Amino acid sequence: MQPFIAHTGLAVIIDSANIDTDQIIPKQFLSKVTRDGFGIHLFHDWRYLDDAGHEPNPDFSLNKPRYKGASVLVSQENFGCGSSREHAPWALADFGLKAIIAPSFADIFYGNSINNGLLPVQLTEAEVAQLITEIEAQPGAEVNVDLQALTVTSPSGAVFSFQIAESARHNLLNGLDAIGLTLAQSDAIATYEANLPAWRV
Amino acid sequence: MAKTLYEKVWDDHIVVATKGEAPIIYVDRHLVHEVTSPQAFSGLQVAGRKMRAPEKTFATMDHNTSTTSASLDALSPMARIQVETLERNCKEFGVRLYDIHHKNQGIVHVMGPELGITLPGTVIVCGDSHTATHGAFGALAFGIGTSEVEHVMATQTLRQLKAKTMKIEVRGHVAEGITAKDIVLAIIGNIGMDGGTGYVVEFCGEAIEALTMEGRMTVCNMAIEMGAKAGMIAPDATTAAYLKGREFAPKGIHWDQAIAAWADLKTDTDATFDATVVLEASDIAPQLTWGTNPGQVVAIDQLVPNPSDESNSTARTSIEKALQYVDLRAGTLMTDVDINKVFIGSCTNSRIEDLRAAAEHAKGRKVAQGVTAIVVPGSGLVKEQAEAEGLDKIFLDAGFEWRLPGCSMCLAMNDDKLEAGDRCASTSNRNFEGRQGRGSRTHLVSPAMAAAAAIAGHFVDIRKPY
Repeated sequence: MQPFIAHTGLAVIIDSANIDTDQIIPKQFLSKVTRDGFGIHLFHDWRYLDDAGHEPNPDFSLNKPRYKGASVLVSQENFGCGSSREHAPWALADFGLKAIIAPSFADIFYGNSINNGLLPVQLTEAEVAQLITEIEAQPGAEVNVDLQALTVTSPSGAVFSFQIAESARHNLLNGLDAIGLTLAQSDAIATYEANLPAWRV
Repeated sequence: MAKTLYEKVWDDHIVVATKGEAPIIYVDRHLVHEVTSPQAFSGLQVAGRKMRAPEKTFATMDHNTSTTSASLDALSPMARIQVETLERNCKEFGVRLYDIHHKNQGIVHVMGPELGITLPGTVIVCGDSHTATHGAFGALAFGIGTSEVEHVMATQTLRQLKAKTMKIEVRGHVAEGITAKDIVLAIIGNIGMDGGTGYVVEFCGEAIEALTMEGRMTVCNMAIEMGAKAGMIAPDATTAAYLKGREFAPKGIHWDQAIAAWADLKTDTDATFDATVVLEASDIAPQLTWGTNPGQVVAIDQLVPNPSDESNSTARTSIEKALQYVDLRAGTLMTDVDINKVFIGSCTNSRIEDLRAAAEHAKGRKVAQGVTAIVVPGSGLVKEQAEAEGLDKIFLDAGFEWRLPGCSMCLAMNDDKLEAGDRCASTSNRNFEGRQGRGSRTHLVSPAMAAAAAIAGHFVDIRKPY
């Protein structure tokens, strides 16, 4: 996994609450057996007017010229709810997003994002509202997300702090492979297994 | 120290707990299907890793499979590759697989419990959010992403942070005709679609204890629809009676040891929860969703809500957007809403009891003109049982289609999908925009409500003659 230390990038807004993973990557794109190439299908039903994905919906924010090349997504509460499909963070990351900022996230999506080096940043509703106002007011507005300092800096320079579990922060900062770390604990796992009651083996 | 049910199962599964790191917890059973596993298997292959305990993993095919033909030729080219990839991976890594020709094949959350793979006091994971279903047995069961699937395959463990605890008590008894689906929809309507985020929920109270295992599975299945990490119900005599003799359930002395261990799997009387919600069972009427998330729910005798009654602006916007998408006006009586499609199935409501409840309404009646209704049993075993009871004949005589097992129209990955503008009474778990097909509208209901809607052509209050 690529480390995430800090990122500054163009910010795009999807101002809706409860964005579910079915919207992020609809089911018709889940039949692939690889992890790559999902970005083109990101938010398919909102982003394209046709099923084939040839006609962009000009009203959808990701299609607006001013947001082209955005790498920070700002959205509303309960982002990533619903299905556990990891295709959602794969699609967001493949599209070029590095961080998602929202007042709250669904649990499974939150964990899946961290496992893919995509940083979910939880700010307060008021902070998200201020970010949205500033981004809308200034085309080209960039937002900085700093995982070392645990801060988000708005286009006007306002600094908001956020929290993340220390274990997740450590893994992201160092781009660690969780499986490799756990495999180093194989002896402890073997000891645990040796003590399992027979009915649970 | 007094503990909740969740805390007992959690503590029992800690392998390593190091300060500043997420604890490593042991996974007893891992369920796998074709859609969220290929990238995990290939991750192992690329890294040259083996599965630590392939005998603790059980695979089936359900999401992408056809419900009209058990032939691979019935699948789209990509679905076929996915199904064949699972076959190849299971062979290479030594994982037991119930493929589309096996009698045990079925929706992963129907298959696990009916084979006795799901046991109280175990940790069960699957790359599917509805893994919460297995909590009905007092297991800690939750959905994981594909990276975590790979982690479990390689290590038989997961790194997890402990969740907060919530108790949801449903006091007293439900009125006649009120089912587990109505109970859980009422709960979600009460706490909202993210009311459980960050929590493991324990469902309890007389109304929950009175449920069969099928009903308990329906309730826990939808724990994720309130945002909860998992839902759990303390095991009791009903749980043991369901499990005894099933293929993978413990036998002989091991069964006796299991029963003894399970007796302690309940929340201690003086344990405390981080949050508590109480509902009165007698207040619960048949429920259905009107909007585009499972929290947008009303009782059958209530009206579609008016956004102007909502003071919070984000919530008001959500209601307005949902009304526009589902093409309903505020103030509409739900019994006046016509439907043209009915789906009875999914990991929420495709078990034998669900099919019996639907058949009761279908018996001797006919599906309304212009309505297409499909019944998709949850597994090969459910299908076999239903056919032995003659339920298939009841459905077919009434004009329902009787299909092969799978996830089907719940997520519409296969050919079972709605068209734009369709309105569906569905026993599944998600009414998100486009979930069952782009531009289609889903209303979540119980199997009885779905069957009644198929007969009437619109939603009906099943407590009254229709």
